[in-house]
Amino acid sequence: MTALLEVISLNKAFGSVVAANDVTVTVADGERIGIIGANGAGKTSFVNMVTGYLKPSSGTIAFLGRDITKLPPRAVIAAGISRSFQVPQIFTSVTVADNLLIALGVAEGGAFPLWRKLRRPARLAAVAALLERFGIGAYRDQPAGLLPQGVRKLLDIAMATVRAPRLLLLDEPTSGISAEEKFAIMDVVMGAVDGARRAVMFVEHDLDIIARYATRVLAFAEGTIIAQGAPEAVIGDAQVKRYILGESPPLSRAAAAPP
Amino acid sequence: MLTALTILVDGLVYSSWLFIVAVGLTLIFGVMKVLNVAHGGFYSIGAYTAAWSIGLYFEAGWAPLGSFALLILSAVVAGVVLGLALERGLLRFVYGRDEILVVLVTYAVFLILENLVLQIWGIDAYLAYQPNTLLGTTRLGGLAFSNYELMLIPLAGVVGFGLWWGLNRTRTGKILRAVIHDREMSLGMGVNVARLFTATFVIGAVLGALGGAVTAPMISVTPGIGVEVIVLAFAVVVISGLGSVPGTIIGALIVGLSRAAAVHLWPEIELFVIYAVMSAVLIMRPQGLFGRPHLRRI
Amino acid sequence: MTVPVDGTIRALALGAALLAAASFWLPDWVIFLATLIIAKALVVLGLLILWRAGLMSFGQALFYGVGAYAVGLAQLAFGLRDAFLLVLIGIVLAAAVAFVLGFLLARYRDIFFAMLSLAFSMILYGTLVKSATLGSTDGFAILQPRFLGLAPAGPAAKHDLFLLTLCLAAASAYLTHRYLGSPLGALTTAIRDNEIRVEYLGYSVERAIHVSYVIAAALAGAGGALVALAVGHIDPDATYWTSSGEFVFVTILSGAGSVLAPFIGSALFELLRAYAADYAPYSWQMILGFCLLLLILFLPQGVWSLVARLAPHRSRRTAAP
Repeated sequence: MTALLEVISLNKAFGSVVAANDVTVTVADGERIGIIGANGAGKTSFVNMVTGYLKPSSGTIAFLGRDITKLPPRAVIAAGISRSFQVPQIFTSVTVADNLLIALGVAEGGAFPLWRKLRRPARLAAVAALLERFGIGAYRDQPAGLLPQGVRKLLDIAMATVRAPRLLLLDEPTSGISAEEKFAIMDVVMGAVDGARRAVMFVEHDLDIIARYATRVLAFAEGTIIAQGAPEAVIGDAQVKRYILGESPPLSRAAAAPP
Repeated sequence: MLTALTILVDGLVYSSWLFIVAVGLTLIFGVMKVLNVAHGGFYSIGAYTAAWSIGLYFEAGWAPLGSFALLILSAVVAGVVLGLALERGLLRFVYGRDEILVVLVTYAVFLILENLVLQIWGIDAYLAYQPNTLLGTTRLGGLAFSNYELMLIPLAGVVGFGLWWGLNRTRTGKILRAVIHDREMSLGMGVNVARLFTATFVIGAVLGALGGAVTAPMISVTPGIGVEVIVLAFAVVVISGLGSVPGTIIGALIVGLSRAAAVHLWPEIELFVIYAVMSAVLIMRPQGLFGRPHLRRI
Repeated sequence: MTVPVDGTIRALALGAALLAAASFWLPDWVIFLATLIIAKALVVLGLLILWRAGLMSFGQALFYGVGAYAVGLAQLAFGLRDAFLLVLIGIVLAAAVAFVLGFLLARYRDIFFAMLSLAFSMILYGTLVKSATLGSTDGFAILQPRFLGLAPAGPAAKHDLFLLTLCLAAASAYLTHRYLGSPLGALTTAIRDNEIRVEYLGYSVERAIHVSYVIAAALAGAGGALVALAVGHIDPDATYWTSSGEFVFVTILSGAGSVLAPFIGSALFELLRAYAADYAPYSWQMILGFCLLLLILFLPQGVWSLVARLAPHRSRRTAAP
């Protein structure tokens, strides 16, 4: 199996806060990696560094054998990595359809020639397909700034998939979504990014989602990966319980009774 | 040697003048994040008020020395009236809008004030040279310097000291500095930001008017003096760091001394020098020499 | 590839054709005023592009002045007289200056962008005022241009210049409209909303801003060149900050909703100025000031937003800032 992403000894500190401490990870095609950790453990910093938004103080990041450590986000995107954001980054003053049109417009070989219209039939069809795949067709003509949180997230993720990335990083894809909708949204997202030559890494706080969708889990604490492996193993790991999940308190007899 | 002395003295005089003129703009921007183009209007109305009242004063034949107090008084009256009217009557309705739009609002006010000057005082020049000639001249190294102009140096010192004392030694001043540092936090701490804004704007207006009042005896007060001054004040404020009062001293010194050097050594680049320095500072340190970097959060 | 003909383009073609036809019967002073209005609208068109990206330049007078002085210098130094050539020189020179300055300016936003653009224009002003060879504050005269070898007399020359201006404006508006409707144009508008997302879609925000800045400069240079030829004189006031301020005013007055907006706004402004100068010379700045205030407070999308309300089907398109 070829290594898609190779992160070696990543280090980053903000003053006395350690965002990354000798982080080493390898990701292969087809993997679905869940990333867990308390707030401030370095998960988003990891995503920021892999996508070039943040420069590590030391260490290397290689994608498909190419060193991408010092590249800016737009170069990383062009190389085949994409990401979604904890707070969805969308174009709020234009419609959902326009958001996708712009994403597609840029993806299709940059922005020249200047005369080509944004709203070409082929592109509009692609937008329709995307809307359908992510299930947000009903919001097609709404200004993105007025969308409910769940739809914003889906739009953000949809925009990230437009370039058919080999590696997709999702930062808390279901945060802010109601419990009933979480699975539905993850089903849509995972279904949309399905593919043998793709890998997905997603940061999540919800263990049910991790258990259901991840093939491997990384546990972060204070910038360090304290556990790595199959979901059950990591969730059951003593360190992980200590630093991230918390040990469950002994149940009282009344609470232990079935509902 | 003579040239060096001339440049130094000229430069200090001009720097002092720049400081007095620009510090009000800095204060307003620091506290309220408003780049107040109408500051040019405060300056020109301050100058006109002073020139006109000095004229009446000397016609009435009162004690010449009192004219200095009259200069200050003119500035205070003009500044308070304008500052209150503008802040309470207009500006407070546009806080929170796009930065650029707020600047355009102050630009609109400036246009109005420029015409107000014409309406009230007409197009003729006003001369109020009496306080200037009263003080005579000093000979330094064989050159004559106007004592009035030299007096600008200690005056700038007084204004600077007054502001420093006000900002660092009084309770209101410390609250002001807190608001400059972090408005949201201050609001969260219960600071009455609205009242503070009014107070700041009025002080800034008074300082702007003071700049004009103090200048009146040195020039022929004509329509349009505000137009030139405002862009000079911008240059100083941008160089020093938008919102830094101590920075304004350094900024004024840099601009003042550069200009004096240019005027005496290479007059063609006099105007160029000021804006070149402004550009250079903006390029190297966009937040100004003493400003704090503008952080962008994701 | 079919040429898209949407409502804006139809209005543009119609307007230009009507004006061109009417120009054969209109009095000279109207032709002159119309030339100024349209030429200055070009500057505002450039500002519209920048404003859509969320940037306001307080220094377009720099390029306006470069365009004008380029025409004068080309006449003085090289004896060039052809209008097409002169305007082209103005455009190219302005664009070249913007290309260089853009590397710097594209890194700034908001107030800093505005201040730096202002500083650059004041540098030019300061240089011009002190330059004896360029006539200092008096400036110098621009000679009547020729048109492709023909040297028409007085009013005919003015008319020819008007037609040149009209054609150039129509072409510019058309191209700008295409640009704004293209992926790069839409992206430039998206920058105002979310720069991070633009970078994460794979395009350089700095480059998009740089491109917009150069286009805006070219337009301003064209405007300056045309006005210089129409008026027959150029002086440093064209580069003063108040000149930039006027262009900004007209941008707000027009609104950024359509490439047609700057022409309407420019016409309103010049007419207002002409009447105010005649009837209320000591109050026209005040009138301007009040108008600007009322605009910002009650009609921040400019006069065009009123026009757009009359044609609701247009609002289906991408929303203007």
